[in-house]
Amino acid sequence: MKEQFPALIVTVPLLSSFIVSISGWVRRSLCFYITLSVLILINIFSFSILNQVICSGVIQYRLGGWEPPWGIAYHIDHLNALMLCVISVVSLLNLISTKKAVERDMEEKRGAFYTLYALMITGLLGITITGDAFNLYVLLEIASLTGYGLIAIGEDRAVLSSLNYLYMGTIGACFYLLGIGYLYIVTGSLNMVDISHILPSLYNSKAVMVAFVICMVGLWIKMALFPLHGWLPNAYTHAYASSSSLIAPLMTKVMVYVMLRVMFSIFTPDYIFRYINPGRMIVWLSISAIFFGAVMALSQKNIKRMFTFIIVSEIGYMVGGAWIGNRVALTGCIFHMVNDALMTLGAFLFLGILSHNNIDETFDGIKGLTKRMPFTMGAFILCALSFIGVPPTSGFFSKWYLLLGAMDAGYYGFMLALIVSSLINVILFFRIIEAAYFYGHDASEIREAELFELVPLFMVVAIILIVGLLNAELVQYIIDPAIPKMII
Amino acid sequence: MFEHIIPKYNYWIYITLMMIGLYAMISKNNLIKKIIGMNIFQTAIILFYVSMGAKRGATIPIIEHSQGHGIIDVTRYINPLPHVLMLTAIVVSVATLGVALALAVKVYKRYGTLEEDEILKKIKEE
Amino acid sequence: MKRLALIVVVLTGILLIYATVDFPPWGDPNSPASRHVSPRYIKKSVEETGVPNIVTAVLADYRGYDTMFETTVIFGAGVVCFFLLRVFKRRPRKERLYRHLLTGLVIRVREDMEEELDLEEFERIDTLWTPYDLILKTVCRIMIPFIQLFALYVIAHGHHSPGGGFQGGVILGASFILLAISHDLRSMLRRMKEKLHAILCAVGVMIYAGVGAVCVLLGFNFLDYKALSPLLHTTAVMARSYGIFIVEVGVGIAVMATMIWIYNNLSSEGRYDEGL
Repeated sequence: MKEQFPALIVTVPLLSSFIVSISGWVRRSLCFYITLSVLILINIFSFSILNQVICSGVIQYRLGGWEPPWGIAYHIDHLNALMLCVISVVSLLNLISTKKAVERDMEEKRGAFYTLYALMITGLLGITITGDAFNLYVLLEIASLTGYGLIAIGEDRAVLSSLNYLYMGTIGACFYLLGIGYLYIVTGSLNMVDISHILPSLYNSKAVMVAFVICMVGLWIKMALFPLHGWLPNAYTHAYASSSSLIAPLMTKVMVYVMLRVMFSIFTPDYIFRYINPGRMIVWLSISAIFFGAVMALSQKNIKRMFTFIIVSEIGYMVGGAWIGNRVALTGCIFHMVNDALMTLGAFLFLGILSHNNIDETFDGIKGLTKRMPFTMGAFILCALSFIGVPPTSGFFSKWYLLLGAMDAGYYGFMLALIVSSLINVILFFRIIEAAYFYGHDASEIREAELFELVPLFMVVAIILIVGLLNAELVQYIIDPAIPKMII
Repeated sequence: MFEHIIPKYNYWIYITLMMIGLYAMISKNNLIKKIIGMNIFQTAIILFYVSMGAKRGATIPIIEHSQGHGIIDVTRYINPLPHVLMLTAIVVSVATLGVALALAVKVYKRYGTLEEDEILKKIKEE
Repeated sequence: MKRLALIVVVLTGILLIYATVDFPPWGDPNSPASRHVSPRYIKKSVEETGVPNIVTAVLADYRGYDTMFETTVIFGAGVVCFFLLRVFKRRPRKERLYRHLLTGLVIRVREDMEEELDLEEFERIDTLWTPYDLILKTVCRIMIPFIQLFALYVIAHGHHSPGGGFQGGVILGASFILLAISHDLRSMLRRMKEKLHAILCAVGVMIYAGVGAVCVLLGFNFLDYKALSPLLHTTAVMARSYGIFIVEVGVGIAVMATMIWIYNNLSSEGRYDEGL
């Protein structure tokens, strides 16, 4: 049975989404428990796949029994397996934490909400595990469509924000599809490994270069790299907390993973770093993304909107780290993907607790919160330390690798951007902590958050600390084998 | 020079169509016009894929009964793979269209208008 | 804004045209796309899957995993439309229109007066009042069964002629939508209730994924139809043909139900009382 896990990890949540949809019409209270049991199964599968990949190397799986490139095949290496584990853990913790909020906000449509939840998890897991370029497009559209739906059920302005996200997201996905079409017309194959074998004889083809540019632009739109980030602040701010705490940690990080997959498995590092070398231009773009995100975050009064601009800035770290081009910076980029997913989950779970208790998400609203909610604020402060980059939280180690990589390659602008944005993060989080600690609060009906919401938040913080303490093993056994050998 | 334009005029047509759709999506104010532009944009990509599978003098990829058991000549049938991929892409574009229209209906119910500048004005006033 | 859009569009167009220098000319039978992967599909599809229509064979067997997710996309779109638009607490409309069956007279009734009047000989019509048209209603009523028969033919004959699950499912859904347009939404809802088509949508895709799961349970890879040959008592090649047929039926059911579901939610704005 263990060798069927790669197929089961995507199809079990798919089947469960149908069962949840039917049970939403028949008996609504079962929906949560079906989704919960499926997500626990997914966690077991993904850690088992990670274990298999570490022990015995790359896993190959043929769907339908047909060999690639005539059928769809999986080619699972360390990077896939790591992202699978991240997605499973984040989605499970988020599900537990938002149970009461969903019951309150969306009473009659709970079946539809958990269906869309399971479908989005299916889409994200499928994107991370697949080895076929067109299959990735279909799964990308599943994740995107369910994302538009989950965001649009929100406050007043959520519908227009979701429609703008739809326009930009469709352009991005269609550009990716067009790039794959250009590759198909000159190579004749859709399988990622197969294209990378055919491509070396086509290096001076203009179609391949334009395919690369279009794929990258499409993925940058979907991951909200400055200046194509316009949809992100509105879409994530106005959604309900139960939706945004699922989408914000995962969606953009999975898009960064897709960019790495396109860079390394389809266009080999030989092509992108030696033949056409746009590294310098893209690193300058990511520097501007980091500064833009940090400066805009400083000027926000709403805490949720501030966090969305921090996400824009973090995407700048990851894209810059990926394009610097040496092994250390890539280690930092992949490590930062894991950290950012966990930290953003912690921040958005905290915001979900605030909105569940009807606390206003501004600096005035959280005054004196520490007296009423000591545990929540304590956990949030540890998350904040990880954003800033203080050891032994994991945020410090990924930023350290990014700094070292930039110094090795001579990108001093990137180093400056990292240090300045860390200082700006200190200012941002200190404002929150100051507002929460040092003023008195008059409303006395605010109680500490319930156990359902506290336990996932504590687990996130615990995982951040564990990942930080075990960072050397993580890099040695998982991240280092994930980077192609030809990168030094 | 001309060997790049005349035998490849199908690519020029689809690029023009795609750019018309992209222009409509970016610059028009009415939400429905943007949705129509999105549909034109996706249809142009479908046209591109289907045109790359064509072969001169070949017929549709359905093997007739008489040919079923002999040696099948590959140049007699067009390439089936782009058609398969585009079946998927058409369904995805219909699904996106359905979701976009549902969102537009909701926007109209809330704000009473479908012009983006009027909606932004109403949002600022609230 | 329009000038910026024009600049972006022109630059993108120039970039895309720049790439066409290296494309194969239109209709070239020796292009890389026609030489690498597709010759095997054309040559071997009848002997490996028993299906002459190569597009159906590739869609439902060689790349069947993709098609399963495509059906999931359309299911997801139906769920999103329902999730966004459906309102369950119905505020009744302020007034309703009723037409006298024998004379064709239309009266407008306020909602608080409805219980006091005897409306036995009246039928309710939509607020978007269209005149009574006997020809339209009768012709559509005659045509709909034939449309549905044709749709079932398209699904079943997808192996030998252009067709298949998606095409037949859309035609089947269109027949119900024709009923809703020519009569009114409530007549269609009487024949196909909301709960039924919402559950059918999930059942259709579940058939597809269920076939794949059965293959896993029997020990083969996901969606490997030759696992079904002991179940169906046929050879491996015919098992593939029957497997393709079963999944096409599943796809047809799912697409039909989703088309009806999306139409209902969009045209009645989620209220399910009056449509187009």
